[in-house]
Amino acid sequence: MATITIDGKSYQADASQNLLQTALQLGFDLPYFCWHPAMGSVGACRQCAVRQFRDDDDTTGMIVMACMVPVSDGLRISIDDPEAKEFRKGVVEWLMTNHPHDCAVCDEGGECHLQDMTVMAGHSKRRYRFQKRTHRNQYLGPFINHEMNRCIQCYRCVRFYKDYAGGRDLDVFSSRNRVYFGRHEEGVLENPFSGNLVEVCPTGVFTDKPFKAQPTRKWDLSTAASICPHCSLGCNTIVGERYGKFRRVLNRYHHDLNGYFLCDRGRFGSAFVNSDKRSRQPQWRENGQTVSLDKQTITDLLATEILDGKKVIGIGSPRASMEANYALRTLVGEDAFFNGLSENDAAISKQIISIYQHTHIASLRDAAESDAVFVLGEDLTNTAPRLALALRQAVRNTPLEDADKLKIPRWHARAVADVIQHRHGPLHLASIAATQLDDIATSRHLAAPADLARIGFAIAHELDSDAPAVANLTSEQAAYAKQVAHDLRQAKRPLVVAGSSLGSVALVQAAGQITKALKQNEARISLIVAEANTLGVALLGDKSISSAIQEKADTIIVLENNIFRRSTDHLINRMLKSANCVITIDHLENATTQQAHASLPAATFTEASGTSINNEGRAQRSFQVVLASDPVQASWRWLRDLMVAANKQQTGAWETLDDVLASLVTEFPKLAKLSEVAPNSKWRQSSQKVARASRRSGGRTAILATVHEPKPPSDPDAPLSFTMEGNPASSSTALNNRYWSPGWNSVQALNQYQQEIGGPLRGGDPGICLFEKKRRQQRVVY
Amino acid sequence: MLSHIRSLALVFRHLFRKNITIQYPEEKARLSPRYRGRIILSRDPDGGERCVGCQLCAVVCPVDCIALQAAEDENGRRFPEFFRINFSRCIYCGLCEDACPTYAIQLTPDVEMAEYDRPNLVYEKEDLLISGEGKYPGYNYYKVAGLSIGGKDKGEAENESPPINPKDLMP
Repeated sequence: MATITIDGKSYQADASQNLLQTALQLGFDLPYFCWHPAMGSVGACRQCAVRQFRDDDDTTGMIVMACMVPVSDGLRISIDDPEAKEFRKGVVEWLMTNHPHDCAVCDEGGECHLQDMTVMAGHSKRRYRFQKRTHRNQYLGPFINHEMNRCIQCYRCVRFYKDYAGGRDLDVFSSRNRVYFGRHEEGVLENPFSGNLVEVCPTGVFTDKPFKAQPTRKWDLSTAASICPHCSLGCNTIVGERYGKFRRVLNRYHHDLNGYFLCDRGRFGSAFVNSDKRSRQPQWRENGQTVSLDKQTITDLLATEILDGKKVIGIGSPRASMEANYALRTLVGEDAFFNGLSENDAAISKQIISIYQHTHIASLRDAAESDAVFVLGEDLTNTAPRLALALRQAVRNTPLEDADKLKIPRWHARAVADVIQHRHGPLHLASIAATQLDDIATSRHLAAPADLARIGFAIAHELDSDAPAVANLTSEQAAYAKQVAHDLRQAKRPLVVAGSSLGSVALVQAAGQITKALKQNEARISLIVAEANTLGVALLGDKSISSAIQEKADTIIVLENNIFRRSTDHLINRMLKSANCVITIDHLENATTQQAHASLPAATFTEASGTSINNEGRAQRSFQVVLASDPVQASWRWLRDLMVAANKQQTGAWETLDDVLASLVTEFPKLAKLSEVAPNSKWRQSSQKVARASRRSGGRTAILATVHEPKPPSDPDAPLSFTMEGNPASSSTALNNRYWSPGWNSVQALNQYQQEIGGPLRGGDPGICLFEKKRRQQRVVY
Repeated sequence: MLSHIRSLALVFRHLFRKNITIQYPEEKARLSPRYRGRIILSRDPDGGERCVGCQLCAVVCPVDCIALQAAEDENGRRFPEFFRINFSRCIYCGLCEDACPTYAIQLTPDVEMAEYDRPNLVYEKEDLLISGEGKYPGYNYYKVAGLSIGGKDKGEAENESPPINPKDLMP
């Protein structure tokens, strides 16, 4: 720690940080553009000027850029200095000379870092009377809109895209005030993390294109904390709603998981919830005829199909919440519940759960901090994209140590990059085909899944002679195993990555063996499963779809699952045809719902709250933000209605999500922590619910086109209100649905929500790890 | 006593003054053009809708009686997909007009808006949109904005230089 003096007052500060970060952390409003907590400082924008004094006697001092000044003991600076203030105002004024008069038609308006910084720096009147320079825009694909006139040349986009995400097709061109950020020619941005440009860009150069189809201001969006449903990593997101429709996904900071960035699938993959193809009415099919029925009629009709005496089996789903899967398990009973995973996935999940009992599990942050990585079989860019981005940071760690030796602070991005050059730490990829991480890989080994597993076991044997040896290795395979084992042994924080995508239990076993053979305390394993709640459903029941196929059932209930993906068409068809009644509960039509006698419209992840368990066994709650239009409702509510109609459950036993969770944790004591993942529906922030709508949300009395406004809907499942009535912020990070603080309307307001910038959230990061973990203490990697 | 006589004299004198009361509704009062009455949406000199759906009127409205949704047409021009003002809530404060960056929303000196049915006080875009420029003639937002729209390319707005060529190597 160091003692520094800002405007005559002394403060304690961390000497490993730069002055800008420290000042922001201490609550000073110091404007900046080019600095980003995940990418460090480059000193490009000249916005964070402060006056630095040599010592107590120095009254003149000099203007310095706060982001380039390391914090040191005895540092004396002034932020309020009139000349420094004038300098900052001048810098914004220069930036604004060419900035177009676009705010009214710009999607960044209202959450624009440039707007915030202009107000903060105090520039308000245009004095420049000459012409504005203009740029032509480029078509950058379906996700990102380009409006180059708005650029202020902070270089954040290329620093993220090229340096952080490893992209090759976005760059900076031309010179002086003509500097141009774009592609060498028009075309779709190739990098799978391009969506982050929307949040990284401090102005409206890169904006969310799907969002632009129906532009909405940040203050008008009702938002709720959500969990990305698109892969098993469980990245935290903020989902926005307006006029009853899903609008967009933003990143929600989680120190151990996604940090500042999301992948494009997570950001842009949720438009299906607004699809015309959504099933919105319960349907009954008989003799080739389909009829839509109302909620009461269909539940009464289906109640006769699930009465006692009939053999009813339930097929769960790795994409449905824990609550929905548990509701199904309650309806059909333990013996008749199948987890809906394919035979392979079920076996792999079981294997993963057993490996997790005795190894250290890597979170995404652990992965980014590891210094040697071996990926066994996974094509991470497709199966767990955010982990691929974390590994891009991990390969910097070994060369970063050289920067440490030269006493270059890690936030000093350009100097660090000069030290690192193009060197990468060990990243060994063993896969069946080329992957998008190949450009940073130390070695690549292509082989069939069974051979990959043999190599895995061979590496484990190399590391620990107690592990069984592998016979009949080719000399090439043996040499490869030696090389990987050598690098893993040398590392301080080795990481082994494997997963279920190749359908091989042996691969996962091999990865477990390697991790077990590694002697380092910090050796970790990251195992990827296919879907958002695969591990969760595997914890609720271990019988896969293959066991279900062998059952002779009268009624089959399929929960949010297209089971044709889990086994061969022939076997699934035979199973569905042999049953008298097939009931599906899903939100989109698929091959399974088309074969069903009854299909019930389920709520999507935006329309129902629920808990899921990610690939590292972290339980997290996702909250409803869009109102489901009747009769669409959460899957567990359909199952409850069926149970009540068939007299299998008393009316009123399960009214809220809390009731379902309470039953779940009683039945599964090992999952007791599920009910503590997020505040329950009775929780209050200063005796109020937390508001989904912002305080500034407009149009309250005109949206419904009526002069008598009905009572707003209430949410029985969460401590959240659907209107602006309630507390605008919460002390529980699991409910954080918006980043805002006075003067900070853009996503950069996040700085005010962290204990230290780039560190854990104030109040702790949400979610609970079900498997015991040892945390290591280390600072964020830039 | 004296004050009684003085009062009587004052009343008597008023018999010869000009009448201030007018026979409304047969006779109309003259209201200033700046009077804050019925709200309208105006058009720019080219006849296009001025409103770009920026939401500033809706957010500044103290009674939240304006709801709208922006959309973009095939020329890249933004317009309100719907624009609704609930006049049963409106307090005619004029903050929406203050906030409007395109002079689209304006208050007019028309105050005769009474309805027998309150739901009729909910005005939709077709009730609000007029065919003229209202109080602020000559202003065209897209002529000063940097956005290119159909018929106005980059660099063609006021005070703009032609688009740069990023492949130009001249210093």
